[in-house]
Amino acid sequence: MLEIGLSHYLVLASILFTIGTIGIFLNRKNVIIILMSIELILLSVNVNFVAFSSYLGDTFGQVFALFVFTVAAAEAAIGLAILVVYFRNRGNIAVENINAMKG
Amino acid sequence: MQLATIPDLMPALPEIILAVTTLVLLMLGVFIRSLNIARTIAYACILLLLLAIPLMLVSTDGRVSTFDGAFVVNDFTVFMKTFVLLSAASVILISKDYRKLQSIDSFEFPILIVLATIGMMLMLSANDFLGLYLAIELQSLSLYVIAAFQKDSARSAESGLKYFVLGALSSGLMLYGISLIYGFVGSTNFNIMAEVFKGLSGELPPPGVIIGLVFIVAGFSFKISAVPFHMWTPDVYEGAPTPVTALLSAAPKIAAMGLFVRTMLGPFGEIDDQWQQIIIFMSIASMGLGAFAAINQKNIKRMMAYSSIGHMGYALIGLAAVGGVENAIFRIHGIQGMLVYLVIYVFMNIGTFSCILLMKRDGRMVENIDDLAGLSKTNPGLALIFSIFMFSMAGIPPLAGFLGKLYVFQAAINSELYTLAIIGVVASVIGAFYYIRIVKVMYFDPPVEALNVSISLEIKIVLAITGFVIIFLIFYPMPLISGAEQAASALFTK
Repeated sequence: MLEIGLSHYLVLASILFTIGTIGIFLNRKNVIIILMSIELILLSVNVNFVAFSSYLGDTFGQVFALFVFTVAAAEAAIGLAILVVYFRNRGNIAVENINAMKG
Repeated sequence: MQLATIPDLMPALPEIILAVTTLVLLMLGVFIRSLNIARTIAYACILLLLLAIPLMLVSTDGRVSTFDGAFVVNDFTVFMKTFVLLSAASVILISKDYRKLQSIDSFEFPILIVLATIGMMLMLSANDFLGLYLAIELQSLSLYVIAAFQKDSARSAESGLKYFVLGALSSGLMLYGISLIYGFVGSTNFNIMAEVFKGLSGELPPPGVIIGLVFIVAGFSFKISAVPFHMWTPDVYEGAPTPVTALLSAAPKIAAMGLFVRTMLGPFGEIDDQWQQIIIFMSIASMGLGAFAAINQKNIKRMMAYSSIGHMGYALIGLAAVGGVENAIFRIHGIQGMLVYLVIYVFMNIGTFSCILLMKRDGRMVENIDDLAGLSKTNPGLALIFSIFMFSMAGIPPLAGFLGKLYVFQAAINSELYTLAIIGVVASVIGAFYYIRIVKVMYFDPPVEALNVSISLEIKIVLAITGFVIIFLIFYPMPLISGAEQAASALFTK
């Protein structure tokens, strides 16, 4: 029977982190997907923290994970607020149209 | 069962007072329905930021740590916080006319600046990765909002959106690094980590630590906009309201740079050969990009963005000069040079942005370099002070900018980083081109339609102070030099 150990959690977290990062750069459709990718990155970090916390027998990692959850909520709120302002000005939120400034 | 003891609050008193007063001001702003409330709150915020400086100097002396070692105050943090507070206060001061003109004159604006400043102060004092992360988020979340503050402007909203996405990505990178460091070291406290790395006694740390360190450095270089993590800077600087650009180019740069130095020399000080190469690379790449990419810019705020990327490259020379050097005096010289450079950079930048804020025509802000043509005929005083700031940015000798460059290059020579010093000098010669081009446009190009310049009292005060410092610092640099030396040596005494 397969024993689930620390390395499995670390691999899971690194896969989630990679998906999140690639999601930000490859996506050309919708800014909401970028917000979801950011959440995915923060969640992968939380998986890391909780896995290490259980492995080390130290509760601090779990405390850190709780703080990350809180900040992630605040970040999503501000991100959506900025997105609403942007939508009102431009009328769409396609990533490929975010190019009023370049050079 | 033992009750929890209340930690010593005295070292954090300036931050606590700032936070509580800001929340009170926020309440006043919401509940008092008066037309003047925005102006009153703006002045209250300036007063608050300026009062925090003496408060900080009285409430602590020497090295103190509190909250179970998660918060540290020493000469270094006090030095950096002083300039963070000064630049935030001057930005609120010079933004007055702009806020009225662009109808963003609401009371939240100064309050968000103060909240970001509290975040920056906590960043500088953080001695634990948890505190560091929360402080960075407090700072960044406030800055995302004020970058998008001009609600009817598509460019401001776009710059806020870009800043948010890339800032959140950088926080994510940094956080992933922190989680790896936590797992492989077993603690996030800077002092404990330093002891663990000391216990390695020259052996290579586990790969997890090195990967974590690289992620953390990547996250920090987003915050100081060093190449290769600079791509947000030009767009955000161009689109954000001009006073916000002034703030972004000054206060968060000092705070993030101070945090960078404290993290690299505190917990990771024992494994400095692991990070020194990365810093040297970032420094060279930033100086190069800053020198070349700014040449073709038409928008002056965008040009200032590339200029600030370049300046961060020069400041990083000071940090690079510390790694791998045994001699204690040379190590202090490296950080001292960096601090002198940063302080002078902040004065030049606030001065330059005060000038940019005066570029108005027919009641609208103009931002193109060509709009400055013939300024020496239509407004000789402004043209003169603008040229002084530009010459100082280029590093022309009698002005303060030269002093900063002298100190960082000297630090590089001391640490035998000759290639870095030579590339730095070459980049600063190339960079001089686009600063002096602005002087040329103002003095030798035929005048276009004149700017309607009306210099308000607030901008006069800021221009007088920054101009005075830039011109006369070279004659009496001792207070800055010795202050920076004291701050730098506080980093190396445990």
